[in-house]
Amino acid sequence: MADENWVTVAKRSAINPGDVLGVTLGEREIALYDLDGAIYATDNLCTHAFALLSQGWLDGEIIECPLHGGRFEVKTGKGLGPPINDDLKTYPVRVVGEDIQVKLD
Amino acid sequence: MNVAARHILIVGAGHAGGVAAATLRQTGFTGAITLIGGEAHPPYERPPLSKELLAGAIPVEKTYLRPLAFYTENGIAFRPGETAVAIDRAAQRVELANGDTVPYDALLLTLGARARRLALPGADHPRVLYLRDIVDSLALREHLNTGARIAVIGAGFIGLEAAAVARKHGAAVTVLEVQREPLQRVCAPEIGRFMATLHRRNGVNLRTGVAVVAIEEKGGALEIRTADGETVAADIVLAGIGAQPNVELAHAAGLAVEDGIVTDEFGRTSDPNVFAAGDVTRHFNPLLGRKLRLEAWQNAQNQAMAVAKVMAGGDRPHAEVPWFWTDQYDVNLQIAGAPKRWDDLVWRGGPDDKAFTVFAMQDGKPVAATTMNNGREMRPAREMIARGRAVDPARLADAKVKLQDLARET
Repeated sequence: MADENWVTVAKRSAINPGDVLGVTLGEREIALYDLDGAIYATDNLCTHAFALLSQGWLDGEIIECPLHGGRFEVKTGKGLGPPINDDLKTYPVRVVGEDIQVKLD
Repeated sequence: MNVAARHILIVGAGHAGGVAAATLRQTGFTGAITLIGGEAHPPYERPPLSKELLAGAIPVEKTYLRPLAFYTENGIAFRPGETAVAIDRAAQRVELANGDTVPYDALLLTLGARARRLALPGADHPRVLYLRDIVDSLALREHLNTGARIAVIGAGFIGLEAAAVARKHGAAVTVLEVQREPLQRVCAPEIGRFMATLHRRNGVNLRTGVAVVAIEEKGGALEIRTADGETVAADIVLAGIGAQPNVELAHAAGLAVEDGIVTDEFGRTSDPNVFAAGDVTRHFNPLLGRKLRLEAWQNAQNQAMAVAKVMAGGDRPHAEVPWFWTDQYDVNLQIAGAPKRWDDLVWRGGPDDKAFTVFAMQDGKPVAATTMNNGREMRPAREMIARGRAVDPARLADAKVKLQDLARET
């Protein structure tokens, strides 16, 4: 795996447990989650419609879309029923020093 | 309740009809399903019609609930372009405009609503447009060009969303609203004023307290005349003055109708073999303790799901706090609750902030909430409204107190 696919997207200090943070990488919108100290990353756009999940409701390990209430498992991106038809893309994440890095494909 | 039904016929292939058909299959209903709709498209969601689709930002297919193939793959006989003209309840069959009759064991009416038409001289001009379906949205889009003059009659969701898209496309937009503030059917005047300011700041000529009395073509342009004798010149007129439910079929069949097909919280009509869901219903909401009609995504989606589950043998009512949203410019406004009155507003943040939430209170209890770019507060807000317990207004107004914590306490 080429190391250059890892991109620094935020400072580790920018996000606290139970928070969601939206970041923009060129054309890509990514949501970062802090689940009890562990960072996860998914696409930030809901697969159902044009809504940013980072503005939604993080309920344990489930993110709920702020528009229609569609729900996804943060760790797997799995959509949890209507109105969601498609799962959410997830990204590998690592913390390097002070930085959060996401691996893009 | 209708577990024994072998053939469920759904008349109306809008959002509610499509959701109901899919839900029946997901719930394990194995009988036959027929879905009849007057439009050429498979069931689709309407919110993008006055937003992303109107702006040309998405293809038509993106509005579809499911791709066309979904219906065949799931054994749903989808018959587009067909219209029901009569229900024979005694014989349990529906007659179509093409002369066919379709028998049913259980019937679901998801007939939707249509745009309310202007009733004034000149309203039948071909450049007086409405916005309700995909065809309307694509037709209106053709007119949203730089320099085009668009007059919008009605400052509700449809009119204001279309005005916002038109401004983004460089059109000159005038909005004429008969009430004193926009959005008076769904939110407090204070929120209406906030939205009025938003539109004026974006270059819309928004005029409130103005009644339109006539539309006339003059030298190729349309002239809109108001009750106070003023005129507005435009190339096209968009009328967004509400919707009326398509109740004629139900009424002619002798079902109970009161500005909407009357149903209980399970979607049952006055005939045990006939159910209804979506915009067309005047349904009982147990949380509010009254019947109401809603023209909204939530009702088309969640009420239809609930009613389909009942038809498949379930016993759970549909009981949710009504919820609406709109996207205009960079503002996402969400509204929960449909109170008839309130005695106080509690603001978390204010109109000059980047985001805020406003609660409408009645006897110390939250009865409605509006979030502006603050959708994450909507879920706890809805929970608080549903529970209907008194909340300390000082803590509610303190944006540093997390709403989810307050929701847990109350």
